[in-house]
Amino acid sequence: MERRGLDFVALNQGNAQLTELYRTHIGDWPKFYKMDTLSKAGFVATELLLKKVGECRCSSEEFIRSRAIVLFGSTASLCADRNYQETIQDKDNYYPSPALFVYTLPNIVTGEIAIRNHWRGETSFYVLEEPDASQMAFHLACAFQDGDTESILAGWVDSRMNDDFQVFVTLVSREDAADTEWLAGQLQLMINNLNK
Amino acid sequence: MARLIRCIADNVVSPLGTTSRSNYDSVKAGRSGLARYESMGNITTPFVLSRVDRGVIDGLCTELGIQGNYTFFEKFLLCSSVQAVRDAGIDASSDRVLFIISTTKGNVSLLGQPQEGVEQERVLLAKAAREVMRFFGNPGKPIVVCNACISGVCAQIEAMRALRSGRYDYAVVIGADEQSPFIISGFLSFKAISDEPCRPFDKDRKGLNLGECAATVVLEVSDEKKSGWELVCGAIRNDANHISGPSRTGEGSYLCLMEVLKECNRNELAFVNVHGTATAYNDEMESIALYRAGLIDVPVTGLKGYYGHTMGAAGIMESILSMYAVRDNTVLATRGYSEQGTTYPVSVCSEIRECNGSEFIKLLSGFGGSNAALLYRFVE
Repeated sequence: MERRGLDFVALNQGNAQLTELYRTHIGDWPKFYKMDTLSKAGFVATELLLKKVGECRCSSEEFIRSRAIVLFGSTASLCADRNYQETIQDKDNYYPSPALFVYTLPNIVTGEIAIRNHWRGETSFYVLEEPDASQMAFHLACAFQDGDTESILAGWVDSRMNDDFQVFVTLVSREDAADTEWLAGQLQLMINNLNK
Repeated sequence: MARLIRCIADNVVSPLGTTSRSNYDSVKAGRSGLARYESMGNITTPFVLSRVDRGVIDGLCTELGIQGNYTFFEKFLLCSSVQAVRDAGIDASSDRVLFIISTTKGNVSLLGQPQEGVEQERVLLAKAAREVMRFFGNPGKPIVVCNACISGVCAQIEAMRALRSGRYDYAVVIGADEQSPFIISGFLSFKAISDEPCRPFDKDRKGLNLGECAATVVLEVSDEKKSGWELVCGAIRNDANHISGPSRTGEGSYLCLMEVLKECNRNELAFVNVHGTATAYNDEMESIALYRAGLIDVPVTGLKGYYGHTMGAAGIMESILSMYAVRDNTVLATRGYSEQGTTYPVSVCSEIRECNGSEFIKLLSGFGGSNAALLYRFVE
């Protein structure tokens, strides 16, 4: 029997798109406006994916401990790094801000998603040279060696500059990851969507 | 039965030494790398930092045959990993050897200060990792664990999993961070940095100190029990509470501890090596997590008073020093501690203590609500 493909959400149309999607489909999480581009992208894509698959947010203790978040990217927090660097570069215009500095860590986006959904499973951010489906599938399969992890919010998120990002997210079950080759094929379809 | 993961070589390069042994001996003798700085770059607020002498690293590079247009961060990674790989006696150019780098900020100082002969692209973490792998002739694809302060424990957990999958025979896990004005100014803006040597778990603790370290473990997978250090298990959990503040209930750290305790022989547990950053919130949170996990009477020790917070290296260096301490039947003194300063009285001590047992737990927590723990066991 042909296996059904994984649902995913891919976005890459700049901050105006994110704000528009937030206003239209989310709207009840004002923290969104404080986030950097990387976190906004990961957050909005995840919200849309959960709506798409119809997953409800109120869930059991058992469920919130079994949901992991594993994201990959190549730029990590480069966009936030550049923004923060600007605030410390010039001696006469030196104003380091904790609100900017906190986003100079790429795993903050995993934290933002975990907080929104109360997920207490594993959260990890891995930096790769480029989106590589088989490398990502391998590390996702590895994550299921944690016996408590039953599903993973997985994806790719990059941002080099404020208005420039690429993101896709999907939900991977233990069963999906058991067939690593199949999972890599699914991820490749999503990677192909990054530049569309 | 999960396949066995053993640590077959290790190295620590820090202001306290350029081998694991010299680092351990320094710490046991009570030496600290912490020193006060009145300013750095555009920073004019005083702070305390443990900084590696650049001349020592350059000398070590010459000694170890590390030549080329490398940044300080890349040299730092290489100085530690070249020694560990040599001691392990493995062929690091094999595609059966996995490299995992643990760092928070890598070459970020290139943003403020480009370096001649170094492409600006190396500010990308995987590009810096690629340089390290190229040195060893390793053909694999770079992977960098970037999970804030818990990265060093996460990198070991990921290495353990990758080895158990059967895809690799060995993993070289390297952690390092360079303390540049970027990181220091950021932590200062958070008002998290103390202008005195830090005082983990003490009632008068005033915040953390940052530090520089590079550390490496070489792990191998096997199906037969051999004498040596075994990485038994590990766990990563999120507080789902706040991106920059620890959970009031210590939820993520508690969940991590409960997970590794499943594999732990409690009467063999020598100590828990905690994060112990000496910020008000972190140490309080850890005390709550330890209490909830039933570990309030187990000896607790923290190393930030010797090294400061070494970020990407912390999970690896602190694991290595814990291995040396367990073999020496010693709970290292928590330098800077003098009087209980957390709600729950964890068993922390300013003096060296004797201990028994063949196991230890390494615990870390960090920004993004992240927490991680792992369990090591010495097999006779």
